[in-house]
Amino acid sequence: MSTTLVSRSERPPAPAGTGARKLTERAFRIRESGIIVVLVVFVAITASIQPRFLNITNIQFILVNTTVFALLAVGETMVVISRNYDLSVGSVLGLSAYLSASQFGQHQGIPIVAVFGIGLGIGVACGAANGIMVSVGRVPSLVVTLATLYIVRGLDILIVGGKEVVASSLPAAFLNIPRATVLGIPDLAIVIAFAVAVGAYYLRSFRSGRELYAIGSNPEAARLAGIPTGRRVFVAFVCSGAIAGVAGVLWAAQYGTVDSTAGTGYELQVISAVVVGGVAIFGGSGSAVGAALGALLLNTISSALYVLGISPFWDQAIWGFLLLLAITIDRLISVRLTAALRVRGARHE
Amino acid sequence: MGLRVEKASARLPGAPGPSGPGPVLVLQHAAKAFGAVQALLDGSIELYPGEVHALVGENGAGKSTLVKILAGVYQPDAGSLLVDGRQVTLHGPAMARAAGIAVIYQEPALFPDLTVAENMFIGRQPLRAGRRIDRRAMRAEATAIFGQLGVQLGPARIARGLSIADQQVVEIGKAISLEARVIVMDEPTAALSAAEVDRLFDVVRTLSASGAAVLFISHRLEEVFALCQRVTVMRDGRQVLNQRIDGLVASDLIRAMVGRDLAERPAEAHGTPGELLLDVERLTREGVFTDISLTVRAGEIVALAGLVGSGRSEVARAIFGIDRYDAGTVMVRGHRLRRGSPTGAMAAGVGFVPEDRRQQGLVMDMSVQQNIALASMQRLRHAGLIRAAAERALAADWAARLRIRYGRLRDPVSMLSGGNQQKVVLAKWLGRKPAVLIVDEPTRGIDVATKAEVHHLLLQLARDGVGVLMISSELPEVLRISDRILVMREGRLMAELAQADASEEEILSAATGQAEPGTPGPPADHPLGGQDVPGQTTGDGRGPAERPGGRAHPGTP
Repeated sequence: MSTTLVSRSERPPAPAGTGARKLTERAFRIRESGIIVVLVVFVAITASIQPRFLNITNIQFILVNTTVFALLAVGETMVVISRNYDLSVGSVLGLSAYLSASQFGQHQGIPIVAVFGIGLGIGVACGAANGIMVSVGRVPSLVVTLATLYIVRGLDILIVGGKEVVASSLPAAFLNIPRATVLGIPDLAIVIAFAVAVGAYYLRSFRSGRELYAIGSNPEAARLAGIPTGRRVFVAFVCSGAIAGVAGVLWAAQYGTVDSTAGTGYELQVISAVVVGGVAIFGGSGSAVGAALGALLLNTISSALYVLGISPFWDQAIWGFLLLLAITIDRLISVRLTAALRVRGARHE
Repeated sequence: MGLRVEKASARLPGAPGPSGPGPVLVLQHAAKAFGAVQALLDGSIELYPGEVHALVGENGAGKSTLVKILAGVYQPDAGSLLVDGRQVTLHGPAMARAAGIAVIYQEPALFPDLTVAENMFIGRQPLRAGRRIDRRAMRAEATAIFGQLGVQLGPARIARGLSIADQQVVEIGKAISLEARVIVMDEPTAALSAAEVDRLFDVVRTLSASGAAVLFISHRLEEVFALCQRVTVMRDGRQVLNQRIDGLVASDLIRAMVGRDLAERPAEAHGTPGELLLDVERLTREGVFTDISLTVRAGEIVALAGLVGSGRSEVARAIFGIDRYDAGTVMVRGHRLRRGSPTGAMAAGVGFVPEDRRQQGLVMDMSVQQNIALASMQRLRHAGLIRAAAERALAADWAARLRIRYGRLRDPVSMLSGGNQQKVVLAKWLGRKPAVLIVDEPTRGIDVATKAEVHHLLLQLARDGVGVLMISSELPEVLRISDRILVMREGRLMAELAQADASEEEILSAATGQAEPGTPGPPADHPLGGQDVPGQTTGDGRGPAERPGGRAHPGTP
């Protein structure tokens, strides 16, 4: 008996375990590859009807449009995985967009990096405020961020009033950020793809990242396991805020014109992207890559409808439909998965 | 089993030497009170490396409190805890873990979305360059631990869907990876099948062979004798027996556990039963209970005894119409009740005091007054509105009759003590003047004085001609106030005993099937009032069904 116990890594893994692992891995791969399949099918259908959809300008347009959402989706993923929600990202983006872009008018020759720094700072401040109320004040994040959604937007309106930043006040280098390309791919898309990868890697491979999953998976057990749940959730909110701040600056560069309505309603679009991307709405599972792909899918759909000349009304209806579909699939997968794992792991049934 | 892996012996510290090492953990005279309830008066225990130590006692004897003190969840009011001879104070679960104490609960709380290996190593995952998690090392280590325990469990699968037994294995693996030297298992076998219990025992023996001290809590005495070397018996918050198990037999432990004053038995004589109020015939719900026939007459208290999980509460819920049933009939005063309709049952004069008063019996945010009036809305309604004055009068009346202690009737019911909350639930139903009252665990978690008041109240009701069907896990209570005792096991009625003939031992034998040799052990649950006992036949060697006055019921499979 003891001889079999000696070998460790060489020992063939338990059959039940392998089967179950393959199953789970497949399920998770499906979550992401599923979006890719939908994306490809959608693009193929659209292109067969309207070949113009696949021209390089349009693809670039879609990619650049996606960047802001994909970025926001990464921050939101961190929050949602920990069984929280950040509804304030749209307002934070708007405030950051105005305050950062208006610096170019107020301080001639201010370096672009400094402007990004300002956006980041605004985002961090808002995120920290959310995080403190959620983790120290123990107020449900839905309530906290709903409040800050209005507070930050109100602040934005107070500051901006009827004014707006116009493209002519912004330096050309700034406006060119979303337009620069390498081999036809927008630089910005590459940078954002990299950022998404970093976010996904952090969540996957660092203790603090995994602990966010643990907190979302079973908050009580996380506390008992000695995980500093308050601190982890706080950091998630700070990251989400910081990302929204930076995304605000990018938004300004992309659109050139910033008034007090910038980013209105983005929070729900971002949460849609996250959920469509396979992040469980009650926390515990999902990936940043999936969320970014969700953002890409939703933007592609908007663009396709535009190219096909379909009323933008359908845009929202289809987003809603996709959301339902994603949640349904999510439920189906988890129900099936649980059942399958139970059967495979069964010894006492 | 003695030849353990190199890595294992490094992890599980030294096996007991021939010299006989001292205790690794000593808890002396620990006491803990919750409000007025003294849960633990004198909890003491000594755990030795390499030994499996049993802790047995009735429910409410203080076992769970003692476990939670060891787990660092509760801080004792008095007493001392020594680990390796050094005094320690545990201010939380993390400190208990650091002191080398791991607690495996009956139903572990895992992270369902994380892998088995991550569940074991969360917060302590092995790292490689750049503080990144080394998944391969983590899985290899988990595999090694499972190998050492001799169990097959894939470290890379997610925890969702694991059986309770496998979840416990994950927790045990975690304890090993934490190098725990004291492993406390709080009723680990309660929810396991026989095969899983065997596997768990192998794991526990492996653990103790490698030098860990195991505290094993179980309601099943045969398990205690099969696995443990030393036993502590607790009764009423105190240690009443502590010795090596050799030389002891089951009846010694039972006597130590029960050992109470039998004089408190049968209280007042009840009047003769009156008309037939509740007549349940061959009630069956597939997979839950089968062929349950029972009657309750006016002025009778009928107890439904049995292990938790034997289907007692389910029968009560089906009678009242909360749950459906597949076959059989429920008649109240000759009228057949519609199945699945609590409204119908209430209209026929049935009241139901559920087991979990906080979740099911009360609306915690509403006032005392509103809770009492809740089931009497029909009477209090006037032109569609509730008359506040009438509501208040009703509530004040019942609160006085039941001697409910409250501040104001408008205070939220959550401010009352458990016993007074229970009285509010009773008042709610009594306000309807029920013909039949079903009470599920009426005195659970209630202090002794209030308990006596509730007993008195139920007896009073019976005297007034109400038929009472009482589910209770407390055998003294069952013996004290009921006229007839029905015992359930695994969803079937096993015996009916008249109060005069019944004894705790007899009820237990029927509930656990111990009297009939060769029958499978009790289903996965805590027994009756924790009298937990089995392993024992009644003095005359007769099964419960053969008792005089006992009615035989179709047997078990």
